[in-house]
Amino acid sequence: MTQTHFERFRLPNGLRVVLAPDDTSPVVSVSVHYDVGFRSEPEGRTGFAHLFEHLMFQGSESLEKLAHFRHVQSSGGTFNGSTHPDFTDYFMVLPSAGLERALFLEADRMRAPKLTEENLRNQIDVVKEEIRLNVLNRPYGGFPWILLPPVLYQTFPNAHNGYGDFTDLEQASLADCAAFFDTFYAPANAVLTVCGDFAIERAKELVDKHFGDVTARPAPDRPSFAEPPPAGELRSTHADPHAPLPALAVGYRLPDPIHDVDGYIAALVLAGVLADGDGARLKQRLVHREPLVTDVNAGCGLFGPFEARDPDTFTITAMHTPAVSEDRLLGAIDEELERLAVDGPSDEELAKVTARWVASLHREHDRVVSRTLALGSFELLYGDPAIVYQIPERISAVSRESVAAAAKALRPDSRAVLAVRPAGGDA
Amino acid sequence: MTRTAEEIGRTALGPRPLPPLGDQRVAADIASVDTVLSNGLRVIVVHQPTVPMVELRLRIPFAGTDPLHSARAEVLAATLLTGTARRDRVGIDTDLALVGADLTAAVDPERLGISGNALATGFDTLLDVLTDALTAATYADDEVLRERARLVERITVARSQPGTIAREALQKQRYGDHPFTREMPDAADVETVSPEEVRELHRAAVLPRGSVLVVVGDVGLDAAVRQIEAATAGWSAAASAVELPDLPDVTGGELLLVHRPGAVQSQLRMSAQAVSRTDPRYAALQLANLAFGGFFSSRLVENIREDKGYTYHARSALEFTPSGATLLIDTDTASEVTAAALLEIRYELGRLGLVPPSSSEVDTVREYAIGSLLISTSSQSGLASQLGALAALGLGVDWLVDHPRRLAEVTAAEVADAALEFFAPSHYTGVIVGDAGKLEALRALGGVLMP
Repeated sequence: MTQTHFERFRLPNGLRVVLAPDDTSPVVSVSVHYDVGFRSEPEGRTGFAHLFEHLMFQGSESLEKLAHFRHVQSSGGTFNGSTHPDFTDYFMVLPSAGLERALFLEADRMRAPKLTEENLRNQIDVVKEEIRLNVLNRPYGGFPWILLPPVLYQTFPNAHNGYGDFTDLEQASLADCAAFFDTFYAPANAVLTVCGDFAIERAKELVDKHFGDVTARPAPDRPSFAEPPPAGELRSTHADPHAPLPALAVGYRLPDPIHDVDGYIAALVLAGVLADGDGARLKQRLVHREPLVTDVNAGCGLFGPFEARDPDTFTITAMHTPAVSEDRLLGAIDEELERLAVDGPSDEELAKVTARWVASLHREHDRVVSRTLALGSFELLYGDPAIVYQIPERISAVSRESVAAAAKALRPDSRAVLAVRPAGGDA
Repeated sequence: MTRTAEEIGRTALGPRPLPPLGDQRVAADIASVDTVLSNGLRVIVVHQPTVPMVELRLRIPFAGTDPLHSARAEVLAATLLTGTARRDRVGIDTDLALVGADLTAAVDPERLGISGNALATGFDTLLDVLTDALTAATYADDEVLRERARLVERITVARSQPGTIAREALQKQRYGDHPFTREMPDAADVETVSPEEVRELHRAAVLPRGSVLVVVGDVGLDAAVRQIEAATAGWSAAASAVELPDLPDVTGGELLLVHRPGAVQSQLRMSAQAVSRTDPRYAALQLANLAFGGFFSSRLVENIREDKGYTYHARSALEFTPSGATLLIDTDTASEVTAAALLEIRYELGRLGLVPPSSSEVDTVREYAIGSLLISTSSQSGLASQLGALAALGLGVDWLVDHPRRLAEVTAAEVADAALEFFAPSHYTGVIVGDAGKLEALRALGGVLMP
């Protein structure tokens, strides 16, 4: 059975460390979370946090370009990185013999990444291809994560496109890279997480050996990205040249994910009651009973729950035929939210959502890399990895009344509505 | 503090040596049962109690030659879990949800696949709902008509995806009108499917004999087999589930350019004949493929992504069917560099045979193949999916456990032979989907059939 014990400490240079030994399988996973995401990138440099993530794989003092990938993979391992609104994570999973190598590789780029003009230009090209692939050349590209925030939010950090526009990406300079690294990639602004088959004392020695002499720099002040919720219903449309059917995204503000965890979890349960499974309220009504949509989904966070600080977004998305108007859909959604706000869900609905969440968390934790990333992000965002293991209990404790309150908070007069309209000839 | 990029990239100590690998503990033995029940259903159970869950994969061979087979099969898969004699759609969802379970059905030209998972304490319920659907799915008229309409909408959306357009063109290019190419039915055919046709297809084709059920999780081996035997007792038939007819070998030839007006990026898909996991050359082929384009540190990715920036994603992979396997190269590039990317792909294909992977390249791909297999099978869902894929070829846990040894024994000379035999550029055919108006450079390169 996977183990839930972990230890946490801080190196003198400020690096936070979480060690979670688990000998279920002879594999080990290492991640580093830096406390900077695309909400922190400056105006005129949209997409920079993600571009910089790419550059962190391009070599460091002890590692030529391509060496990082080759060393992980020739040790039998896999790797990746991803950029989120409030953090950027780097992770690998290897047969456990690769533990020291993994720590060495992460430490070397935390200490002295090799940022060169040639690699910057190459990775700008790669990122542009990534954006063509995932956004520009496909139907519903960036729906809703790029398209909804500029409707719901007013300030640059929350509203702008985290993938970036091509003009901004092309203007990125090596000086920008140096400044970004020195400001945000300090050890005091990062969390190292090690999970899997290792002995804790040995891991401590290795962490100290490889990360101990990463020079301390101050962690940057973290600005608040708070802004007031919308004072009305904000609507926008997006013409999609590739989409064959209209789509709708409705965005609401969530309770503060960090300071109102239980309010946030109630919203998570609400999302399940609305759209998880054939028996869920919106699936029943909109997909099967009336039926108005091809499919409907609801969720917390544009990338999943517990991935961002305040402000965070509750979304309802649906794909529908042109015969169904957005107002008709909104009317049905509002009626279902109103019913839940008045009566709350049934005990059975709560039991269903709870059991499915418990199961999905077990499944997620069965993959050592997911468990590592969860422990690291909860240390970073919440200062407490133990919350990872408390979520099932806290979901089970959610009452009918708190779900009713969560439904009541999703008000028609404080939300964003984005309509995607087919606008092309290539459907 | 302001430092230049150059200052950031060096420390007083200078570059440090890469630490050696430590000791590797071997994975625990896999405790498993592999048996055939009296109804002909093969059952593989693995005891892997990493989390208190159980994963299930059922593979029912589901081929058909009738031109309307794929339309009926898609409607069947979409409606299989929407009602039985004992449960309606909501009843099924409720019973599953209360034990933390999910169950989904999907069909392709080869098989009907049902996959699911549950809290281990809900394994009985999961089996009960599954066999209820297998033996007593009702395909109520209103559910069939509703799912049919949704399917038409989903097909419309899928066919607007460049990846789907490329896949359909590639299948036609490789296999003409073989049933294997019918991965997605025409919307017009789906609209004609009647509830009675779906019920008839279920009676004729949802059969235990020839099918495989894989269960991995926090279950006892004998107890799980007994539970499965009891639950599936009412699922029986004399006939066997229908396997896909053998596929013709893929032969090399010109790439077909498929015009997609307004595209800013092109999909390149190239394919050649290969051999399956049961072939003695397979392990060497697997390593040659990794070296070519099967992982990030491959020649193809290092060339067209990391050196030239032509793409975000480039990959070469093996695709298996019950009768064989093919190699498939897959990348997407901006229109203006599509021809240049094709040139580099052909160059790397030729180079793999003529300048074969060095012993250090072979060591790298060998370690990667062994390590990534260990990682992917360390979770219940990863192991269940891996075994489900092997079961389609008649293989099981033994093959999986023995594969690291096969990989360890492959020599650089065998990899070189496989490189020369399977990766010759002339063996490949394929398609390019993109805006033909922006791809004139392909004409100069040659070997591409332009519209």
